[in-house]
Amino acid sequence: MADQHNDLPRFNHPASIKLLLAVFGSLIGLTVLTVATSAVWPESNLPADLAFPVAMIIASVKAFLVCAFFMHMWWDKKFNIIVFLSSTLFAALFIGLTLLDTGHYQNSIDNFPRNEVAQPPE
Amino acid sequence: MADAAHDDHHDHGEFIAHHFDSAEQQFDSGKLGIWLFLVTEVLFFSGLFVAYTLYRNHHPEIFDQAHVFLDKYLGGLNTIVLLFSSLTMALAVRAAQLGRNKNCGIYILITMVCAAMFLGVKAIEYSHKWDIGIFPGSLFALNYQHPEPTMIAGISDYLIWISMIPAILLVLFSVASIVGLLTKKTVFSKLMLGMAITVGGYFLGVFAGYSYMEAIMDHGDESHAAVTVEHDDQNIHMVSMTIDDEKSGAGHDGDHKEGDHAHAEGDHGHGGHHEQAYDKHHPDPKSLSKDVKIFFSIYYCMTGLHAIHIIAGIIALAWVYWRCLLGHWRTDYFGPVDYVGLYWHLVDLIWIYLFPLLYLID
Repeated sequence: MADQHNDLPRFNHPASIKLLLAVFGSLIGLTVLTVATSAVWPESNLPADLAFPVAMIIASVKAFLVCAFFMHMWWDKKFNIIVFLSSTLFAALFIGLTLLDTGHYQNSIDNFPRNEVAQPPE
Repeated sequence: MADAAHDDHHDHGEFIAHHFDSAEQQFDSGKLGIWLFLVTEVLFFSGLFVAYTLYRNHHPEIFDQAHVFLDKYLGGLNTIVLLFSSLTMALAVRAAQLGRNKNCGIYILITMVCAAMFLGVKAIEYSHKWDIGIFPGSLFALNYQHPEPTMIAGISDYLIWISMIPAILLVLFSVASIVGLLTKKTVFSKLMLGMAITVGGYFLGVFAGYSYMEAIMDHGDESHAAVTVEHDDQNIHMVSMTIDDEKSGAGHDGDHKEGDHAHAEGDHGHGGHHEQAYDKHHPDPKSLSKDVKIFFSIYYCMTGLHAIHIIAGIIALAWVYWRCLLGHWRTDYFGPVDYVGLYWHLVDLIWIYLFPLLYLID
């Protein structure tokens, strides 16, 4: 995958220019795709609930491409990869647990009298 | 020092700190360090993502009402600029890995210019929001009224004020570069020239964003943000939207004379020439929830923190650029380029998520 540079130290893995350009092309393609999707989706008959997951999946594919090739994770030590990916695990826990917790009290919030909030300001 | 690149690659080089056994050990330690730093960055941003997720989950209507003020094509332009800077960063790392200092410097410079350009486009976006009173939190006061005359006709005062900083920097860097040239401090002169070019990237971004705004207004494109043009004798001005409240209240439709306030509203169904006070991208402030300001608090925090990271990235890249000019990188010593690159890619990575989350809500 990388260029052949046999004289380089073993921790040195230059990515090939072709690969980097291919990754860049894919990233641009995915960006156009996600903008186009968001423009077309509301007018189409596609289920509205799926628009958000689709946008997130496209973003995650882009994130994978950046991590794997631009950030050299593909060739990196497994330990470094585990360290970095653990951050996403903890971020997911942070978001997930907070959502669960606030969701638990949503009824109390909804029932709290605050009609004036919903009214347009005069 | 500049000769370092030509030294024997296998000795205990001048940049290998004495507490490391080898170049590889030093590189691996630095790499683990930067990955740990990136972990803290992800967790740092995750707090804002929590705020976003909670508000969107509990108050989706606020996001539906607020996202129309963001221009997904300007956001898309910035995404592409940032992705391109990531490509040049990856190419710079590759050049450093092969000990090609000159190529590395060129790629780093392009990366910095793209970073500054991103900020330029952001300045256009921010200043147009501020023109119509879209501020965070309790400062939010949406108002399409014609503003007071601006310092320079047609250009937002806010944009001028933000651009003062890069304008001053541009002068300082240019002067420093010339002084360096005259006093024969070549590396310093080149570094300052590089920084001046970088700051020029900001104005390139401003120009690109401004031209885009003008273009969409001329064509009455549907995508245009909450701005419009005012045709003067010679100039096409970009000012905040001009609405006559009484006329709009009466459902007034298209009685403006040529040369009067001409809206470039985005409804093709009306043949492109019409007057409609409120539309999808210019909703009636009275129809909006009072809590729309919460969206903009989140928007400004997330994009603002991201912009601060871009600025920090430019400073880090400038340091790498300086060391490129000194010819420090060699096949067994390129760590700092790699580490700054990883940070830069993370900034890009965060934008990859921010863009659909903020701009592509539909």
